[in-house]
Amino acid sequence: MSRTRTPVVAGWFAGDGEDFRLIGTRCSACTSVFFPREDGSCRNPGCPGGELEKVALSRRGRVWSFTDSRYRPPSPYVTDPELPWEPYTLIAVELESERLVVLGQAAPGVTVADLTVGMEVEVVLGVLHEDAEATWTTWQWRPTGVTA
Amino acid sequence: MTDDVAVLGAGMHPWGKWGRNFVEYGVAAARVALADAGLEWRDIGSIVGADTVRGGYPGYVAGATFAKALGWQGARVASVYAACASGAQAVNTARAQILSGLADVVLVVGADAAPKGFFRPAGGDRPDDPDWLRFRVLGATNPTYFGLYARRRMAVHGDTPEDFAQVKVKNSALGALNPNARYRKAVTADEVAASAVVADPLRLLDICATSDGGAALVLSGMDFARRHGVADPVRIRAVSTVTPRYPNTVLDLPDIATDSAAAVQPAAETFRESIARAAYEEAGVGPEDLSFAEVYDLSTALELQWYEDLGLCGEGEAAKLLREGTTTLGGRIPVNASGGLASFGEAVPAQAIAQVCELTWQLRGAAGDRQVAGARVGITANQGLFGHGSAVVAVR
Repeated sequence: MSRTRTPVVAGWFAGDGEDFRLIGTRCSACTSVFFPREDGSCRNPGCPGGELEKVALSRRGRVWSFTDSRYRPPSPYVTDPELPWEPYTLIAVELESERLVVLGQAAPGVTVADLTVGMEVEVVLGVLHEDAEATWTTWQWRPTGVTA
Repeated sequence: MTDDVAVLGAGMHPWGKWGRNFVEYGVAAARVALADAGLEWRDIGSIVGADTVRGGYPGYVAGATFAKALGWQGARVASVYAACASGAQAVNTARAQILSGLADVVLVVGADAAPKGFFRPAGGDRPDDPDWLRFRVLGATNPTYFGLYARRRMAVHGDTPEDFAQVKVKNSALGALNPNARYRKAVTADEVAASAVVADPLRLLDICATSDGGAALVLSGMDFARRHGVADPVRIRAVSTVTPRYPNTVLDLPDIATDSAAAVQPAAETFRESIARAAYEEAGVGPEDLSFAEVYDLSTALELQWYEDLGLCGEGEAAKLLREGTTTLGGRIPVNASGGLASFGEAVPAQAIAQVCELTWQLRGAAGDRQVAGARVGITANQGLFGHGSAVVAVR
């Protein structure tokens, strides 16, 4: 049975392979960048208010910090209670040109032992979970130079 | 500087996992605080409730639920919610009523009955809610954020898991002396190290539990206190409830990303530092004037962060301060003489009120075996979800 590939949140990322990017917004007046995307109004209190335009964020950044989830998170995180819990790694990544930190899951197989603060990582398309109808896609961070 | 508000009474229902309704804990704490103040419930002109979110409507709309349980008597009523800072905002609401002349004497109550396991967002499909999204997209529980902060401290300041464990060792030893604490057993560093990793590098005994509990305060103006025969009450001198300033460059719960500092230079101080500074400015005191502090140790590593954010030491020096014994009972500036969240677990809307209860007992010299000698000035510090935080300064 074929499942539809569906982003876990619409409009937060786009593309595939080398072209995969997180999508934020940028204020046309003050150039502030927002992720998750701000589509209402610019949140810089010193900004007269500009148009919020879609912008692709940098693919690569540096590890600000990292941790993992050794216990099964509660709903609305989707897991199969029939299967043993497999911990996954979370990485907070600092994007240099945007000067912001974005949290994400690490690509499968990346553990805390593989990471150091300051290490370069890149954003890749990943699978959050699958159900009967859909393969739910998300963004993941992966150390550069590592191939899946 | 604003005028002082008197603390006439403080009371708690002991923290634990009692499995009863939050109303019961709040009412018990309120009765203790009223008795401590030497006042009848009917003497109270205003009641302010701090809301739990786990009781249907915000704590059935907390102030009114506590008023009804105590017996409707026509008091002015208000209820506040500010995540972990709810209790401090309730104190501040009471203070504002007193200082503006709307009420002479106000009862502040917060209570919670916490569920088992991780805190989770309210149910339903709510993709517009950042708290719902961080669970749906990342499975990011509160402890994973604590793990990120702890790992960052290790990388930037050289803190070690052994330093974090020593916070638990200190706080558990103090909590053992506190009859209102949930955990009253001293914990060793080996026991911390042997507990399961929850969110690397933090272990179960590095992370505060979620608890049932209730706390209450009776507050009044200084004139009312004098008329009531209390010439020298503990006085609340400042309540800081400031928001962050854009761009907020520290990843805070429940956010998936920080603000961007690309267009606007961030302030020199972080959000947590600004919470403390606002309290110091309002009170006209500085960190050098403090006798003791009660800080929100959601994790052991976060207690160390607060040392720096309160200005008890320079950036990166917190572990050294702890190792030197400066922050334990008998040190220059004891932190969490109550045992802290490490010994209580968090009963969200009660916790910031409980911190002020501890200030009150310490400043009265009534803290028993955990008394800070010569306590004159105390501060609380707290941070919660959605840009909330608080600090309260009390003096005697």
